[in-house]
Amino acid sequence: MLIELFTILSDYTFQLVALGTGIIGLLSGVIGTYATLRKESLLGDALSHAALPGIGLAFVMIQRKELLFLMIGAIVSGLIATALIQLITRKTLVKLDSALSLVLSSFFGLGLVVLTAIQNNPNAQQAGLQSFIFGQASAMLQRDVQLIAGVGVILLTLVVLFWKEFKCYTFDPMFSRTLGFSSKVIEFILSMMIVLTIIIGLESVGVILISALLIGPSIAARQWSHRLSRVVILAGLTGFFSGVIGTLVSSMGDNIPTGPVIVVVVSLFVFASLLFAPKQGLIARRIRKREKQKHFLTRLNDLKEGQS
Amino acid sequence: MKKESAIQIDKLTVAYEAQPVLLNISLAFKKGKMTAIVGPNGAGKSTMIKAMLGLVEPVTGEVVYQDVDQEAVSYKELKNRIAYVPQNTSVDWDFPTTVRDVVLMGRYGHLGWFKRPKNKDREIARQMLLKVGLPSFASRQISQLSGGQRQRVFLARALAQEADVYIMDEPLAGVDMKTEHIIMKLLKQLVAEGKTVLVVHHDLQTVEEYFDDIVFINQEVIAAGPVDETFDKQTVKKTYHRDRNLGEGE
Repeated sequence: MLIELFTILSDYTFQLVALGTGIIGLLSGVIGTYATLRKESLLGDALSHAALPGIGLAFVMIQRKELLFLMIGAIVSGLIATALIQLITRKTLVKLDSALSLVLSSFFGLGLVVLTAIQNNPNAQQAGLQSFIFGQASAMLQRDVQLIAGVGVILLTLVVLFWKEFKCYTFDPMFSRTLGFSSKVIEFILSMMIVLTIIIGLESVGVILISALLIGPSIAARQWSHRLSRVVILAGLTGFFSGVIGTLVSSMGDNIPTGPVIVVVVSLFVFASLLFAPKQGLIARRIRKREKQKHFLTRLNDLKEGQS
Repeated sequence: MKKESAIQIDKLTVAYEAQPVLLNISLAFKKGKMTAIVGPNGAGKSTMIKAMLGLVEPVTGEVVYQDVDQEAVSYKELKNRIAYVPQNTSVDWDFPTTVRDVVLMGRYGHLGWFKRPKNKDREIARQMLLKVGLPSFASRQISQLSGGQRQRVFLARALAQEADVYIMDEPLAGVDMKTEHIIMKLLKQLVAEGKTVLVVHHDLQTVEEYFDDIVFINQEVIAAGPVDETFDKQTVKKTYHRDRNLGEGE
């Protein structure tokens, strides 16, 4: 077992793939913090599901599994889906949650149809396209990781550059606007960052579960700190280690899809944080409540004794 | 009249989805005065404020401010001299940030894009927190504050803007007596310094005690002027019991 683990760890392909999923986790954690604080967790879910038909159709067009093209396809169908969601909520009486699930499931269904059609059409290149559903990190190539790292550098730079603007806008958008910070600019950059994060994560984590990677780390991190800077950093670290550990576990057996394993790891982080976080955790809160009760009971007893 | 007014609203009409919220509002707010804006729920008070701050686009009409040279300018040109205090229920107080950082946001407008707060900005934030009586709360997470303390944090943030005009949406709604006292003391100080203060206000009992001028609004301007001349039972009744058949929610 230990030797096996060591062999995997020293394997170049594993290191490459783990680096890739690690960066994806890091970015999901950082960018996802803004998404959850803006209460847009579900939007990521809709966007990622909606990317599937775009991936399929892009493949149909170029007949090759060229990641960059597939990503462009994913972005286009993601944007169409977002526009549809906005259109539905603005022009009809359908509420946002219904519009989200409607678009999410219909686009995902369409994606499955396209993917099945591709599979029935013999083309040696199609192998691995299915991995976009549940994610298969081992399909990652060196240039994919380079692309992911490149996007990562850009996104993290944006977060540092717009730190104060994003913080103020996320907390109080109206106030931020009165200060003269264009909501259109900030909104656009934030949305593009979420889209890009989802897109680069699609291949290794898959369209179904990438949103869990966006939401989970920030929820776990939020339990440990009350400061945005620390929450962002902790969420990034949680995402990074989830990606690496998930890839490791998935490399240990044949045909273990990476996405679900990563998400299970994230979920463990979330549950552990919800339970054990020092101030907000369930256990800490339970202990505090106990102490309060004890204190209250002693006081009651004192009162009783005083009466008799 | 025109010269001494800090803000002039001219024939302002605002609508949401072709539903008029404000109809042909013309008003002038005097420099160095504290003005109450009163009216029933859904009368368009918050909308008027938002139109004044460029947060909603009017159908017609305009809002002009007077700059230091008494020239008429738009909100955009004067935004760093205007401070806004939103209703404190408009934000999520579970947001991971400290009291100090929220007050520091009042300096962001002066800093502009990309620039980080400097020691001077931190010092101003610290002083404003002292003014609202919360110096020991600087490192607290904002969710640990009471309603009144939240409102004082918002006021401190506005004070940190060091503006000439203060526009506040219900700053006294649901706050404790201590907070109300502190807020009113600080607003009176601002007015004494020659600043212009507009307050959306709900408590008609305290209008005479607190304000110089009053504006009654219910979609249209019902009445406007000095409190001792304008504030009477009849006008209140006219404002609050006006039949509005436009289907607007209460």
